[in-house]
Amino acid sequence: MEGDAMNQIRASFKMQLDSFALDASFDAPAVGVTALFGPSGSGKTTLLRCIAGLERAAGSLHVNGATWQDETQFMPVHKRPLGYVFQEASLFLHLSVRANLEYGLKRTPLAERKVPLEQAVEWLGLNHLIERKDPSQLSGGERQRVAIGRALLTSPRILLMDEPLSALDNTSKHDILPYLERLHRELKIPVLYVSHAMDEVARLADHLVLLEKGRVIASGALNEMLARLDLPTAHFDDAGAVIEAAVTQQDEIYHLTRLDFSSGHLWVGKVDQPFGTVVRARVLARDVSIATQAPQGSSINNILNARIEEIRDEGPDKVIVRLKVGDAQALLSRITRRSRDHLALVAGMYVCAQVKSVALMP
Amino acid sequence: MTTLDTNDLQAVWLTLKLASVTTFMLLLIATPLAWWLAHSSKWYKGMVAAVVALPLVIPPTVLGFYLLLLMGPHGVVGELTTALNLGRLPFTFYGLVVGSVLFSMPFAVQPIQNAFEAMGKRPLEVAATLRASVWDRFVSVALPLARPGFLTAIILAFAHTVGEFGVVLMLGGNIPGETRVLSVAIYNHVEAMEYGAAHWLAGGMVLFSFMVLLGLYLAGGKSWKVTR
Repeated sequence: MEGDAMNQIRASFKMQLDSFALDASFDAPAVGVTALFGPSGSGKTTLLRCIAGLERAAGSLHVNGATWQDETQFMPVHKRPLGYVFQEASLFLHLSVRANLEYGLKRTPLAERKVPLEQAVEWLGLNHLIERKDPSQLSGGERQRVAIGRALLTSPRILLMDEPLSALDNTSKHDILPYLERLHRELKIPVLYVSHAMDEVARLADHLVLLEKGRVIASGALNEMLARLDLPTAHFDDAGAVIEAAVTQQDEIYHLTRLDFSSGHLWVGKVDQPFGTVVRARVLARDVSIATQAPQGSSINNILNARIEEIRDEGPDKVIVRLKVGDAQALLSRITRRSRDHLALVAGMYVCAQVKSVALMP
Repeated sequence: MTTLDTNDLQAVWLTLKLASVTTFMLLLIATPLAWWLAHSSKWYKGMVAAVVALPLVIPPTVLGFYLLLLMGPHGVVGELTTALNLGRLPFTFYGLVVGSVLFSMPFAVQPIQNAFEAMGKRPLEVAATLRASVWDRFVSVALPLARPGFLTAIILAFAHTVGEFGVVLMLGGNIPGETRVLSVAIYNHVEAMEYGAAHWLAGGMVLFSFMVLLGLYLAGGKSWKVTR
């Protein structure tokens, strides 16, 4: 267990507020991105604030083997080696952009500084912003990028992000997502990411902690969690599976790219990436239909052999089906109850999953 | 035509000295008090706020009267200062400073408190996550962000002290060079029917006050706009 603790976040908090009680415990690997996901009011922001030490709840918190809080001690916020990105960028308006970036850097002991200023500036595309005097003149997306850079420059051992995109309009969101994905790929520090938007989570997270009414209802690897029909996530309108696959072939004539995953492949619209690049694809349950025999003369490019693992009713007219492609990759399919009965679909059957569309998240 | 004599100039100088010392003392006292009022959630916070605001509504003579009793030979403060070998405060410059500080307290506390409240807790939380200790984030974040509030507090406390009359009269009387400030000197001239000298002093005070305010507004105007 001790060896495990070195790469683990173990949190357990209890707090009673006027209108709401937090009683949340979870373990998460301290690698990659862990999403704290739940509807608004589920306590995910409060939980994140407890982890940062901004909120004082009873409980314990161990990060990478270090105790940040237990019955006898409470490490003050400024002593915790964390970076925090708030929902609104909250730049210091009395400081220039550069002074904002340097604020935490200056307060980080020399020996602990691992992220040079130039590196953060390059990562977040801040070159043309750093000499700006008045941070209130920046756009929402620019401000949030400066805030992320400012947090990274303290060389944190964990990065906490509280819905960093939710205060942004769609354009700014699309502007900033590639930077977050780049951080996800290149940064070796674990990230706790609070969100209520499934598309962000599917795009960025590796691990999912699901919250409801102040409690953790489940946690685990993103793929496994999204495929669990007992969880609310499988019943969202945009429920679906995530497939990580590598670019293996380019069809220059039809402008298509072949992506291979452990137990199959998908043809998708051209992805301009070198061979071997791993990309994330999201396949929504509503875009997957089921046929009992390989369809003839279909316009659908992607037909995967799969086995039905579980079927659940979803309202009066729909059912959700969990399929397995090979022995690792799950898929969800949402079909009508009538189709299930007409095709006599039951768990254990082998079927063809027809994937109508694939959303790429390069 | 009457002009100003040395006594009048002494009164001008004394008034400026009193206002400066009072403003300085007020910044030292009002800053932590305003911080506490802005952030505390103690049940007696309302009571403290009410006491601080009291000089806004009670007549200066009432405040002066009670201070006189308190600091006099039979008052608690009076006995304390005597025991400490400091002598008694009424009819001294330092007695006036104590009276002025209390009298102008709300004018210093409220703008600073408003500035602390307006910035909210977020900037301080951000600073904490960026490794700044409690004192560090007060100095590097709270104070600069509250600058407009401090400017307002300085202007109001200074101007209010310059214009003070009732507390001074009750506490300090009319001792030249020690407690005879401008407002008292003007009163003396009017009593003696020396309207010419009274005009010089009164007119000069209006002009001076206007110049101070104008200068501070012009200097502070930029940062005042930035606040919100």
